[in-house]
Amino acid sequence: MSMNTQGRPTKPGEADGAFHPKTFTGNRGLDMEEPLIFEFGSLETTGVDLDEDDGAEFELGGFERTAEIGLAGLAEPEAMRHYVRLSRNNYAIDSGLYPLGSCTMKHNPRLNEKMARLPGFGDIHPLQPVSSVPGALELIDELAHWLMVSTHMSAVAMSPKAGAHGELCGMMAIKAAHTAAGRDPKIVLVPESAHGTNPATAALLGYKVVNIDAKDDGTVDLGALKSTIAEHEGNIAGIMLTNPNTCGLFEREVKQIADLIHAADAYFYCDGANFNAIVGKARPGDLGVDAMHINLHKTFSTPHGGGGPGSGPVVLSERLAPYAPLPFIRRTNDGLELVETDAATLDGEQPFGRMTAFHGQMGMYVRALSYMMSHGSDGLKQASEDAVLNANYVRVGLQDLMSLPFGERPCMHEVLFDDSFLKDTGVTTLDFAKAMIDEGYHPMTMYFPLVVHGAMLIEPTESESRAALDLIVATMRDLVMSAKRGETDRFSGAPYLAPRRRLDETGAARKPVLKWSEPEPAEVTPAAAE
Amino acid sequence: MRYLPLNDTDRSDMLARIGVNSIDDLFADIPENVRMKELLDLPKRASEMEVERKLSAMAAKNTSAGSVPFFVGAGAYKHHVPATVDHLIQRSEFLTSYTPYQPEITQGTLQYLFEFQTQVARLTAMDVANASMYDGSTGTGEAVLMAHRVTKRNKAVLSGGLHPQYREVVEGLSNMAGDRVVSLPADPTGTEDILSQIDDETSCVVVQSPSFYGQMIDLRPIAEKAHQHKALLIAVFTEVVSLGLIEPPGTQGADIVVGEGQSIGNGLNFGGPYVGLFATRQKYVRQMPGRLCGETVDAEGKRGYVLTLSTREQHIRRDKATSNICTNSGLCCLAFTIHMSLLGQAGLTKLARINHGNAVKLKKLLAGVPGVEVLNSAYFNEFTIALPKVAEDVVEELATRGILAGVPVSRLEPGNKDLANLLVVASTEVNTDEDRAAFAGALKEVLA
Repeated sequence: MSMNTQGRPTKPGEADGAFHPKTFTGNRGLDMEEPLIFEFGSLETTGVDLDEDDGAEFELGGFERTAEIGLAGLAEPEAMRHYVRLSRNNYAIDSGLYPLGSCTMKHNPRLNEKMARLPGFGDIHPLQPVSSVPGALELIDELAHWLMVSTHMSAVAMSPKAGAHGELCGMMAIKAAHTAAGRDPKIVLVPESAHGTNPATAALLGYKVVNIDAKDDGTVDLGALKSTIAEHEGNIAGIMLTNPNTCGLFEREVKQIADLIHAADAYFYCDGANFNAIVGKARPGDLGVDAMHINLHKTFSTPHGGGGPGSGPVVLSERLAPYAPLPFIRRTNDGLELVETDAATLDGEQPFGRMTAFHGQMGMYVRALSYMMSHGSDGLKQASEDAVLNANYVRVGLQDLMSLPFGERPCMHEVLFDDSFLKDTGVTTLDFAKAMIDEGYHPMTMYFPLVVHGAMLIEPTESESRAALDLIVATMRDLVMSAKRGETDRFSGAPYLAPRRRLDETGAARKPVLKWSEPEPAEVTPAAAE
Repeated sequence: MRYLPLNDTDRSDMLARIGVNSIDDLFADIPENVRMKELLDLPKRASEMEVERKLSAMAAKNTSAGSVPFFVGAGAYKHHVPATVDHLIQRSEFLTSYTPYQPEITQGTLQYLFEFQTQVARLTAMDVANASMYDGSTGTGEAVLMAHRVTKRNKAVLSGGLHPQYREVVEGLSNMAGDRVVSLPADPTGTEDILSQIDDETSCVVVQSPSFYGQMIDLRPIAEKAHQHKALLIAVFTEVVSLGLIEPPGTQGADIVVGEGQSIGNGLNFGGPYVGLFATRQKYVRQMPGRLCGETVDAEGKRGYVLTLSTREQHIRRDKATSNICTNSGLCCLAFTIHMSLLGQAGLTKLARINHGNAVKLKKLLAGVPGVEVLNSAYFNEFTIALPKVAEDVVEELATRGILAGVPVSRLEPGNKDLANLLVVASTEVNTDEDRAAFAGALKEVLA
């Protein structure tokens, strides 16, 4: 296919005869091997100029540190070069497509970064007088408004620091509501397609997790739900359901699920990790949801930063709103008021406690609001539509070669394949993923959701152009054909062309080396001593 | 819409290729009665210039720390961060990369996490550190849960010197999980009797040093008593710069050390994002929450790094996981690591000395203001003063004079009349002689 050669040598094998020197440094041109800071920095070096007052007095009460800390210092140019070199060993959304299902790696606009760094947002202290930060309260209130309108929910707890922290917050609100009603149910229902954070969250709060099976079509089995509810009558705190679910499917019977849960005196927690598929198309408040976290870093594009920070505000239904944790912002006749302690609450507000010190991830709030304002109501809807369109475009581009566990029905923002197309090829799912690295792609999500054997979950997001989709589809088709032709070498040793070949994860876990230590001094041999 | 590459021709061609008539056919699984027909009741798209104008106007209403004499601390600190740090963390390959689950193409992230773990272990004098928590307060909550797992007991004793909001985080989590928490009353001077609270049912003692009020606490006798009863000592700090000068918790017998790393590399950000530091003894490593990065080799024998011991984590262990943490504070760790490597031991020690020296100078000035009493004898860069008036009123008055003076204890501990006049004051390297003189002078006037 002609499009498949974009950005590639016209004759794939043509460089093979070239001379590849084994270099003295271990570097390969622009591929640099980089030591750890402890291996080239020194205890005397510092890259920061500080002027100390010679006559300073000390009042440390005898707690002075006496031993060395052992922190290597770098001069500024050394630090710059070290971290720039490290950065070049990373894949990033700015360098290529990241088809990670359920992780939602989309474009991170730099306007958001610029706004978060305004001194009026980035350089304000959480405990400076409230009278000196009216704009900060306004921003949080404004973002809360956007979140409540787009979800059609009654309240929002802003402070959770990540999606899983938001789950914890939502489940704590549910627990508080049960306690206030004099109930103490012990069970949380979690469909088997759930993110691992869902059962972990429920267990953290002392709940017993009971699984709900999926039907053959990948959605929750209402019959199984009904019988489980009947079996544990009166002892169910709530359900944790992801919608759209992790199979990339919208739970069509979500209203019935909500009704069954509510009839059982339980609450409906919705994992909002996939909210980006439905913004402007459907509102969780209309689906019977009682609590849902919103991953600002996914749906509203605050950068993932190699693992975080995230931000996980939780929208709450009217029934749960009184239990929202501290702090929160309240509208009064005088404007906005920051409520930080129980003592400041009024009748009706029964905060269950506090999720974190201070007010949550302000830096992420600014980025998310900047993103939402840039899109507006029309753009948010268009983004959801494009995300879903792109996922379905990838689906039809691959469905004749790869296997769809739930048939050729439309998916939402991510498309789920399984690895049965690799059967008898000698290529594993992991091999296939690692071969994608050699082609310049970050692999798709693998082995998740657990309900599907050898799952491969692809989420292109709305950030991708049609040309980019055509290219990844063509590349994956080439890889599938190669696997089916029995060209296992390409796969079993992959990646060949990344900064590192496959790493020994078993060895790393068996004898964990979790920090750098001084190498043992080499034994002095008689010959060397002479 | 400037962020969306598809145009209308693309869209209609793609719909045709998929074999549907309209985009709504792809949303057919959403029941008709809940599918939105109208746009959300929110403003329509705004240009880059327009967004910038609106958000800048909001930001301009706030008084930024760098624009005034600034003495606010109590868990978050204004420090100077070298320009290199913010430049480097904005490199696309750091800023826009994902959690390093594919180690072959994420060695950049993994190597700095390994450097971060080493730095934190050395600072705290502990065996192992994880690759960050959300912040110090949630890290403290996780430390208490971890102590419950290790000791198979569920009674935590919290010092009255612990940051009140950290205490609330621990209490909230523990109460929900059915555990017991004994919280001692506020302890501005470090004279509480915590030893008598430790018994054979105690899982952990949580002690902050320097305390929320700034007082240095001797952890050794507490560690000793805790260990006699097979309980763990969790040592907490909110100002990591202090570790450049004072004896680390690891050599004082702490079993888990947890703290806030915001001061190094990260701005104030009105409370977040910050970075939680978490370290413990080797024997407890498998009970640790959060991510760990470990050294290994690749198929060619080259050194490399991977996320490891993930059998503790939620994506494998689900309801048996040590925590539910998934996203953490990767980029904030990076900022910490870069700033710390620029400082090195020499720079950190000097920075800590300057911070302490400035605090001593400030203390002398404030102690000279009639009616002001300084409550702490040993402290790092923060201490508590008792005023002859309600501290909150004094702070507001000083704010109108352009000085952000500190945190009234009553803001975090309302309802306790004994604390109403207490003010927690912090000083760092950013304060000048002029700042201090302005503060002391204005305070004198306000109290007169």
